[in-house]
Amino acid sequence: MTGTDLSGEVHARLSGVTRIFPGAAGHQAVHALGPVDLELRRGEFFAVVGPSGCGKSTLLEILAGLQPPTAGTVTFEGKPVTIEVPEGIGVVFQEDASFPWLTVWDNAAFGLRRAGAAESDVSQRVNDALAFMGLKDFAGAYPSQLSGGMRQRVCIARTLVLQPRLILLDEPFGALDAQTRLLMGDEVLRLWRRTGATVLLITHALDEAAMLSDRIGAMSARPGCFMDIVETRWPRERDSTIVSEPNFGEITGRLWENLRGESIKSLGHSGMVQA
Amino acid sequence: MTCVGTIRLAVVVGAIGLLELCCRLEFIDYRSVIPPSEMATSLIRILSSHEIYPDIARTLGVVVIAVAISIVLGFALGLLIHAMPRVRQALDPLLATYYAVPIFIFYPVMVAIFGLSIIPIVLIGVATAAVAMIIATLNGLDRVPRVLTKVARVHRMGPLATALRLKLPAAAPHLFTGVKLAVSYGFIAVIASEFILAPAGLGRDIADAYNDFNNRKMYALILLLLIFATVVNMALHAWDQRWAERRGVRSS
Repeated sequence: MTGTDLSGEVHARLSGVTRIFPGAAGHQAVHALGPVDLELRRGEFFAVVGPSGCGKSTLLEILAGLQPPTAGTVTFEGKPVTIEVPEGIGVVFQEDASFPWLTVWDNAAFGLRRAGAAESDVSQRVNDALAFMGLKDFAGAYPSQLSGGMRQRVCIARTLVLQPRLILLDEPFGALDAQTRLLMGDEVLRLWRRTGATVLLITHALDEAAMLSDRIGAMSARPGCFMDIVETRWPRERDSTIVSEPNFGEITGRLWENLRGESIKSLGHSGMVQA
Repeated sequence: MTCVGTIRLAVVVGAIGLLELCCRLEFIDYRSVIPPSEMATSLIRILSSHEIYPDIARTLGVVVIAVAISIVLGFALGLLIHAMPRVRQALDPLLATYYAVPIFIFYPVMVAIFGLSIIPIVLIGVATAAVAMIIATLNGLDRVPRVLTKVARVHRMGPLATALRLKLPAAAPHLFTGVKLAVSYGFIAVIASEFILAPAGLGRDIADAYNDFNNRKMYALILLLLIFATVVNMALHAWDQRWAERRGVRSS
């Protein structure tokens, strides 16, 4: 078993990316992110961890083209990412983004139908994605009839059918319980291996990042910058049982060493911890 | 029938029975109110004569036109106002106090401008119902989860596609409340306009019967309107509940 080749082609790149939110009337501008430099290698699983409010989700949205950087450049497959989400990027959000008025099947088919795919192609890819995500028996159900974890799987299936080459996961398991998160992690790893896509995962959970990723970027408190990038060297064929490996503790320990001070700073910003 | 349905039916039947009893025992003057059973027999007689059908068609036609315009116009204006936060800020107090103004007082003005046709009635119906739809649209759009807008952008959907394919269905429960209000307000405005001044229509027939002291006809037509309004509202309520159950929310 070998790990992901991290010397390969750069799939997406952020160079000197900064995000400053202009202040509303009577308020100061907020320097949320950067400057950040990051190169995502094709096919790697990269996680970003950092204290609350450090700009992790902002980083993801800038990479997706959902919001523009104040300074710096973003490229995906060599082309600049501007204010539109490029074809080939799929995003799964933390919030439940399933469409309650559509069945699971129609939810999964939404993007393909939007793209004008032939109905036979839609049918084949949706059935395949639902089977892969363990939702085949719930194809006719509505999201309200499913658990939170299953609804998140519906959103992943909706992304999966579009066969994205870069999958951005913004704390997709944030609202789930610990056991479900471990199992969802296994499913994401299966998905990653099968699609060969590059994955960027934003998470609060150090253990989740350590279990899933080839590399983990630890961010500082606001304005978020990468302080350390930890390489896990896990084999590509892995699952949640990896948490019992001795290295696992070392990786999470190193991440916490980096983040402890930053998390305290972050709490201090909100006035909860005295300096 | 569910327990709630049984209770509802019992309340309605009980109220009708009580009115029947009060009329029969002459607790209520016969010249003021006739017993419900006589209202029903009178209505059957009127309906079997077929003479009333053109007026029914006219009134329901005007209601349908006014409500349809109100729903489409109210939704479009709601969408537009929602897209312009400054305009929204300016209009919010006006929309909030709109129903404090008796819009109906403008009916004679409209008759003076457009003549004694269906146009002033449709206009007063739209003026009464459209704002309910605007307010419901704004409420609905306010409650569309922001994440859906992001999903729309990930799927590279333009503003129109986002509005029609995502925002509209996401806001549907609130829009449906607007539709229900628009139907009720439209109905009230049309009947009231016809009652005051119109060449024909059910409202006009009720007014004529009232002026002629023809209680049987008047109450029969009032009963007809009550039946119409109840059936339409029950149909909308049933539809609303089906949707709400599917979406996992309790309907209002």
